[in-house]
Amino acid sequence: MKSTMKRLDDQVIYGIVASGASVLDLGCGSGDLLSLLVQGKQVKAQGVELNNDAIHACVEKGLSVFHSDIDSGLPYYPEQSFDYVILNQSLQEVKGVETVISEALRVGKKVIIGFPNFAHIESRILMFFGGRAPISSSLPYSWYSTPNLRFLSIKDFRDFCRIKHYKILEAHYLGLRGEIHILPNLFALNAIFVITK
Amino acid sequence: MTAKTLGKIETKYFTFAQPSHEFKLESGRTFGPITVAYESYGQLNADKSNTILVMHAFSGNAHVAGPVSEEQDPPWWDFMVGPGKALDTEKYFVLCANVIGGCKGTTGPSSMNPKTGKPYALDFPLITIGDMVRVQKTLIDHLGIKKLHGVIGGSMGGMLALQWVALYPDAVECVIPIAATLKHSPQQIAFNEVGRQAIMADPAWNYGNYYGGALPEKGLAVARMVGHITYMSNDSMEKKFSRRLKDDHSGFKFSADFEVEGYLQHRGMSFVKRFDANSYLYITKAMDYFDLSDAKWIPPQGLPNVRFLVIAFKSDWLYPSVQSQEMVRQLKMRQIDATYCEIDASYGHDSFLIESESEKQSHLIKHFLAKRK
Repeated sequence: MKSTMKRLDDQVIYGIVASGASVLDLGCGSGDLLSLLVQGKQVKAQGVELNNDAIHACVEKGLSVFHSDIDSGLPYYPEQSFDYVILNQSLQEVKGVETVISEALRVGKKVIIGFPNFAHIESRILMFFGGRAPISSSLPYSWYSTPNLRFLSIKDFRDFCRIKHYKILEAHYLGLRGEIHILPNLFALNAIFVITK
Repeated sequence: MTAKTLGKIETKYFTFAQPSHEFKLESGRTFGPITVAYESYGQLNADKSNTILVMHAFSGNAHVAGPVSEEQDPPWWDFMVGPGKALDTEKYFVLCANVIGGCKGTTGPSSMNPKTGKPYALDFPLITIGDMVRVQKTLIDHLGIKKLHGVIGGSMGGMLALQWVALYPDAVECVIPIAATLKHSPQQIAFNEVGRQAIMADPAWNYGNYYGGALPEKGLAVARMVGHITYMSNDSMEKKFSRRLKDDHSGFKFSADFEVEGYLQHRGMSFVKRFDANSYLYITKAMDYFDLSDAKWIPPQGLPNVRFLVIAFKSDWLYPSVQSQEMVRQLKMRQIDATYCEIDASYGHDSFLIESESEKQSHLIKHFLAKRK
């Protein structure tokens, strides 16, 4: 394998996706995850990305990528045309979250959503004792330079799925070095959910 | 070791559609003979699978790359074609043919009509983008090439690339339309019409019969001036000219006082020396009539063996990126493999021809072509 799996979230998502599946990665960045999936799991990959340099990196990796923001990149695709739609570390930057998730569920059979958990204990302590917006390993930005528009916790996301009647098929809670199994809303830095309609 | 460069490139000619084998045009009219002027770069491989057909823009020609010589126009895409370049002549057999209706060696309105011994002028039949492609296909067949690895072009060249896949979906693998569209908007048609009217308003045009006499230089120059404005962007014009005055400006005498005026006049007059007014009329009409927007260009079974790289430029207001996005939208709806990138270049529509803007374009094309299924 040419690429190595550096990120824990990439490892988890790699484990979720079935071999030979078709995958749409919304906010695919430089295409590291898609490239791994193509090489290791022979998926049919497609990316959506806004950053010009990232698109060039994707094309260099031989990936097909569509230059667009996530909010307006989805209506082009037919119903249920992908096995998986991935929204990893990009949901919190999206303007129309409800529309994007419902569109993702329209074009994809399953949607994999990964986001930083705002209720992690480190953030809570920074907020409670420091009295300032938290800056942590999963939320590394100052309030004035963060691309994040949304600050949600694992519980918030579960509530959202219940309200919208989305089924949670899998949930993975990530710490610094591995998966977290106890009190995830307190101890997980990131969460990865697999949902369906 | 000397740097690898292309040697001198000869223009070659291929003639077909002789009497009794005349070429049937989209209009239904038969026409012939047709001579095609073309150039090639690099070597055709043993299984003839490495051809990349480059298609020139409206006023271009077959001389894509190579050294500058006195008897040929300067190459128009030299930074793209050559050893180690995006269209790598050590890997690919790069081919470019002048379009039918043109004035750069392929049969057009300025060519001799063998039946009368005089130039065709307006007796030349109306041609379409489809006709241009079918003439190119005849050349490809003549060269024994069954499948093209790539069809690529900017502006009208991109429209030709789209027409190629529409007509011959099994004969192409990679399609790269740059700053192109599935159909001209009313704005694009309007600009072309201004150009045509300028030519036809010139008394020297004489209903197309000017060969051997005074040429409709004024009209053609004005047409080119209008066209040239649409190929630039407000930003690039600001950078290049701002409101600077010419050194020899006379002030308020309706002569060229501003640098931009002098530049446009110069571009207009140099165009007149290298382009035929009737070709301008025929080719712009072909572009205006081109329309693949009803999605019929994609066969019902899709295009499982074709890959697209669609490129637009942010500052291009003549062929705005929404036109490229519409192309990609149709491809996505049919689940066809497509990559789309809007390059942040500042030179307007002409960005694809500007070497200083070409790094990103070259990078995308090089890597896109290199990926084999």
